[in-house]
Amino acid sequence: MTIRTEPFVVNIGPQHPSTHGVFRMRCVLDGETVVDADMVVGYLHRSLEKLAEERTYTQNIPFTDRMDYLSAMSGNLGYVMAVEKLAGIRVPERAQYLRVIMAELQRIANHSMAIGTFINDCGAWQTPLMWMFAEREKILDLFEMTCGARLTCNYMRIGGVAFDIPDEFIPAINSFLADFPRKIDEYEKMLLENEILIARAKGNGVITKEMAINASITGPMLRSTGVPYDIRKVDPYAVYDRFDFAIPVGENGDSYDRFLVRLAELRESHKILVQAVRDLPGGPYKVDVPLAIRPPVGEAYARVESPKGELGFYLVSDGGAAPYRFHVRSPSLINLSLLREMIVGHSVADAIVAFGSIDIVLGEVDR
Amino acid sequence: MTLELTGEQVAGRIAQIVPGARVEAVGLSCYVHPDDLVAVATAARDDPELRFQMLTNLTAVDYLTHFEVIYHCVSLAKNHLGLFKVRVYDRDNAVVPSVTSVWWGAHLQEREVYDLMGIRFEGHPDLRRLFLWEGFAGHPLRKDFLGISGATRHAGLPHFPKQEQGYGVLNGPRWSAEPQPLPPDPFAPGAPF
Amino acid sequence: MIGLSEWYDLRDLGNPVHALLQWIDGWGDGSTFHWVAYIVSGLIGAAAIGLFLGVIMLFLIWLERRAVARIQIRRGPNRLGPYGLLQPLADALKLMQKEAIAPRLGDRVVYTLAPLVIFIPTLLVFAVLPFGNKMQVANINVAVLYIVAVGSATPLVVFMAGWSSSNKYALLGSMRAVAMAISYEIPMVLALLAMVLWTGHMDLNGIVHWQQEHHVWLLFLQPLALLIYFISASAELNRTPTDIAEAESEIVAGYHIEYSGMKFGLFYAVEMANALAVSALIATLFLGGWWLYGLDRWVPGYLIFLAKTLLVYNLLILTRGTLPRLRIDQLLAFAWKYLLPLALVNIVVVALEVLLWQQNGLAQEVFFPVCVVVNVALSVALIVGYSRAFDRRKIMAPRRARLVQDPLAYMPQ
Repeated sequence: MTIRTEPFVVNIGPQHPSTHGVFRMRCVLDGETVVDADMVVGYLHRSLEKLAEERTYTQNIPFTDRMDYLSAMSGNLGYVMAVEKLAGIRVPERAQYLRVIMAELQRIANHSMAIGTFINDCGAWQTPLMWMFAEREKILDLFEMTCGARLTCNYMRIGGVAFDIPDEFIPAINSFLADFPRKIDEYEKMLLENEILIARAKGNGVITKEMAINASITGPMLRSTGVPYDIRKVDPYAVYDRFDFAIPVGENGDSYDRFLVRLAELRESHKILVQAVRDLPGGPYKVDVPLAIRPPVGEAYARVESPKGELGFYLVSDGGAAPYRFHVRSPSLINLSLLREMIVGHSVADAIVAFGSIDIVLGEVDR
Repeated sequence: MTLELTGEQVAGRIAQIVPGARVEAVGLSCYVHPDDLVAVATAARDDPELRFQMLTNLTAVDYLTHFEVIYHCVSLAKNHLGLFKVRVYDRDNAVVPSVTSVWWGAHLQEREVYDLMGIRFEGHPDLRRLFLWEGFAGHPLRKDFLGISGATRHAGLPHFPKQEQGYGVLNGPRWSAEPQPLPPDPFAPGAPF
Repeated sequence: MIGLSEWYDLRDLGNPVHALLQWIDGWGDGSTFHWVAYIVSGLIGAAAIGLFLGVIMLFLIWLERRAVARIQIRRGPNRLGPYGLLQPLADALKLMQKEAIAPRLGDRVVYTLAPLVIFIPTLLVFAVLPFGNKMQVANINVAVLYIVAVGSATPLVVFMAGWSSSNKYALLGSMRAVAMAISYEIPMVLALLAMVLWTGHMDLNGIVHWQQEHHVWLLFLQPLALLIYFISASAELNRTPTDIAEAESEIVAGYHIEYSGMKFGLFYAVEMANALAVSALIATLFLGGWWLYGLDRWVPGYLIFLAKTLLVYNLLILTRGTLPRLRIDQLLAFAWKYLLPLALVNIVVVALEVLLWQQNGLAQEVFFPVCVVVNVALSVALIVGYSRAFDRRKIMAPRRARLVQDPLAYMPQ
């Protein structure tokens, strides 16, 4: 006699400790294997793109904080670069260096959280997360020292940065940078050879190079498949071409490689930061830009390498004080294009680990 | 540095590889006729000179008289960036062929454009709303949605007057003449989950 | 044990109880009130276990939270009471005043019964543990068999909880728990069987006496059995790295997802109590129980026993705080393909050694050190060799990311 089984539908999310926000996956399970997966987003849709059409260009900068709220500096940077491209504004040297410093600090903070939560999804009850958060706290203290906020920094302005760094910033960042390589060594010692982590993450959520390029994947997810595409190198913005750093690249495109790429990017960001702090020039930190800037009619697309991928801002101006169209090319949403291919055919536990390795932020997915 | 290809360069090359394609270069962008879009996209992806392997950005702009669907394409090998645009003039029934068969990365972005702008993509495997729920009336990013982001401020362009009543989402003003059908009530007894 | 046997000699807690029972026996004419003494002794035993478990569970919750926090470079609860010692009390009070929500479509009777029934195997296991010399509530001479039998009722109750919750996550969690519990029973039993073979006793007090007579902890003689038992028992307990049945980050608490308030409190408490029972078993079987090379003449046996139990419990906390969790198919593969053959080989080796020892009447001072060396070498060889045979080193080799300086040269064309 054959036993009849039937697949059942399980909702993972929207309230779930591991979905990094309000994200819902409807999985059709056959026992433990996922047969079909469908994602439902929009729980955090705040219609920021529509709201931005009512506000001036400078008033839209806080929106970019709150989209990817875990890497606010990158969001700010991309947006002000797009406006500067539209309006043809040249940013002074000191501001460019400060932008690079803040962006790289934000990358370290974001990757600490990404790696920590990834291992948390693998099951390690927050121990690596708490270790990495100790470093993240120091970075957030640096941010608070400069612009007053830890998370939603609102630091970049059109034509420069909002505030110059205070006097205690340089000693603080130097002490952080002096201590950081030792901490990365500690994390590597704890995590790289952890057999359970390797057993969970290897071969999990595999994507190939061709699949990734065709699906517009960018960021550490693309680099883990072996494609060394990093906008800081191929399309340098804000003095990145003056620094000497490398791009970590994986091989297999699985979760373990994504984890390795993020771990190695911590070191590369540290290298950039050391060089940037050493070469920080004097001079003005902002050019004088009117409060309600009216760029000429036209369009511009500017992209930065945010810690999650390629963050692009597409702005259309009609000559008024508010943008006519404000579109965010959100890396988190587009990196989810391959979610179904990564999950179907594997078990629920693997689905959670693969989803955690993509590193999405729902604020950016839903905008 | 990633080279931003001018419209002439892209249009010229497209004219060589896809004979008969209706393309027109304006500034940095290359306007493609909607019916030729899939052929042009496939050719641009596979052409050894253009080699647009990745579709970076797919979005749409509402220019009141027409929609424009924007495609930013990037070549990783050649390190250049090109911009395709498609114009749609029919506001009630905006249809554009889907490029999901060319670049799979377009499928979520096309769903977003359909959700927020109301442009249907023909050939998309699963065209549903992405952020808003099924049964939502209207498409919010359009310039005439509820009369807000009203074109009243854009001097010289035709504008739509603000609606005096009916601001509710489910029975407010919308473009299509008939109301959207609502899905079954998820909290009714006997619901699937 | 030297010293007085007066009722106030608290080095053996049986002394006051024995005095009380003798006094009850002496009522009337000395023969009619035996049944009263019998009942009173039973009640005292049950009350003792209940009280002990109640108090120690509060302490264990505190210990776990502080220890895991220390592993994570933070302090644990330190607001309520000195060093946060009143935190478990606050937790218990909070859980008691929560609303008891029950799923509408679930099986009400089973849903309410499950957290109550899950406590029963734990209490029964504690009844046979010797806290001191002859200080156990029930002196059963097949105690090891009894413990295994009673402990295997737990997966049934877990499934009761998961099924009656009418929640797919709960069902998933409970299926995983049942599959894992069944798989890990066998290596666990085989490891315990090795102990029984060595000592020839099944009752736990007898095992401790054997260790006392031969002046050796069974830990030294049987390291492989300890390892197998530790891993299997922690898998039975659903603790990280094997807590896939109640994996918080995946299926959000698995089989006890629909329980709130004190019912959840009972599940939580039972998890701790089970962990304590396993620690106590390891302390008794492998570490010598209440006997510590003669120290138990001055220090009461139950204090030594508690110290050893807490030591092993700290080890369980350590593994929980540091290791990520394995997937269910990896866990089952580990039990069946790895632990089971090792346990079988261990049994064969133990049987051979015991046979050699008993048949030839070898001197214990010579034989045991040889045994220790042989067993340790054999364990290491088995574990390493078996891993090599499975090609673990190649599969599990860690890597680093490749660093690329010039990306355009390596782009896919």
